[in-house]
Amino acid sequence: MKTMQANVVTPDGSVFDGQVEMVSVKTTEGELGILPNHLPLVAPLAIGAVRIKADSNVQLIAVSGGFMEVRRDEVNILAESAELPSDIDVARARAAKERAERRLAQAKKDNLDFKRAEMALKRAINRLEISNMGGK
Amino acid sequence: MASLRDIKSRITSTKKTKQITKAMEMVSAAKLNRAQNKAQSFLPYTEKIREVVSSIASGGGEGTSHPMLEARDEIKKTAYLVITSDRGLAGAYNSGLLRQTLKLIEERHSSQDEYGLIVMGRMGRDFFKKRGMPIYQEIVGLPDQPEYADIKNIASTTVNMFTDGIFDEIYVHYNHFVSAISQQVTETKLLPLTGFKEDKEGDSTPTLDYLYEPNPAVILERMLPHYAESLIYGSLLDAKASEFGARMTAMRSATDNASDMIDELTLKYNRARQAAITQEINEIVGGAAALE
Repeated sequence: MKTMQANVVTPDGSVFDGQVEMVSVKTTEGELGILPNHLPLVAPLAIGAVRIKADSNVQLIAVSGGFMEVRRDEVNILAESAELPSDIDVARARAAKERAERRLAQAKKDNLDFKRAEMALKRAINRLEISNMGGK
Repeated sequence: MASLRDIKSRITSTKKTKQITKAMEMVSAAKLNRAQNKAQSFLPYTEKIREVVSSIASGGGEGTSHPMLEARDEIKKTAYLVITSDRGLAGAYNSGLLRQTLKLIEERHSSQDEYGLIVMGRMGRDFFKKRGMPIYQEIVGLPDQPEYADIKNIASTTVNMFTDGIFDEIYVHYNHFVSAISQQVTETKLLPLTGFKEDKEGDSTPTLDYLYEPNPAVILERMLPHYAESLIYGSLLDAKASEFGARMTAMRSATDNASDMIDELTLKYNRARQAAITQEINEIVGGAAALE
């Protein structure tokens, strides 16, 4: 099967680097699957899971915010943070979720803190979900 | 002349100091190694963003301009982001940087309304605070190997201050890592991100014709703040590597000085010892001669 190079890079270093068959991501506009020989593309990513298919295994990566850059035989994902399910700190994510929920209950809507807490909650939920899926 | 015991105790204390500076040198060397690796692994991230941003910005056409890419006509307020260390004992690492920053600010600005400071590191904060200069943001106690999350807040607030119009220009002042023994005080312009459009003219490598999902404007909107924040992080990593380099060099020269001092003192000690023995022999010989 045709493969392409996939890289997942964060400011703290590379998280994934290898030959893959398919990359599926959640962009701000919706889900998007990339196969080899895709047209060059740039798209912002939403907080969510990146699925990377290689040798008929699916690797999940929790990504919060960032971009995907696609070239003919290369996919680059630049994210502020990206974690493999095994690297997710579940206790920390849980604590972050609770903290965010508390803040959401207190803060007023359309205030900056509210938006921030909302994002934090999304990130925490995303991490917990992915660590659950990856654990199975 | 100092007594034998005095010299002996000075030798012992110098030896102890030497042990400490030697240990600090080795610790800094190890940390320097880690910091360099970290800076290495960060590079691909900024390079990639830079590539994409410049291919959008230089593409021209609809939606390819953004306030962060345009120099403002009137510069009312300039921000200086100064990256220093939390601890001393790093030679001229902090003092050189702070002196230069202070000089530049005094040259460029006549009143405190024209600039603001954003300081990382205790040394810099104390320096500017003591002089009563306007500090807008500060962060101290950063770990030796900072993670992106550690500075995410201060970085995004800094970038927001630019977009909100509090500052019209932001410069970063830090020690650039040249080699383990050499650091260079550097000023780089963080915002506005000029240079992308100019890049195009001199650059002959063809940029890829990307599809933008949903459109270039949205991507620039999201990507530029990221890019600016990551530049701040990059400068911090660079500064950290310099800090350990500077500390290592400072501690190495302290160790060398201690060695020289120990050699000198040992020589002195031996001379004093010899003199004491000679004197004793003289006294004995004198005593014996008096008996005859």
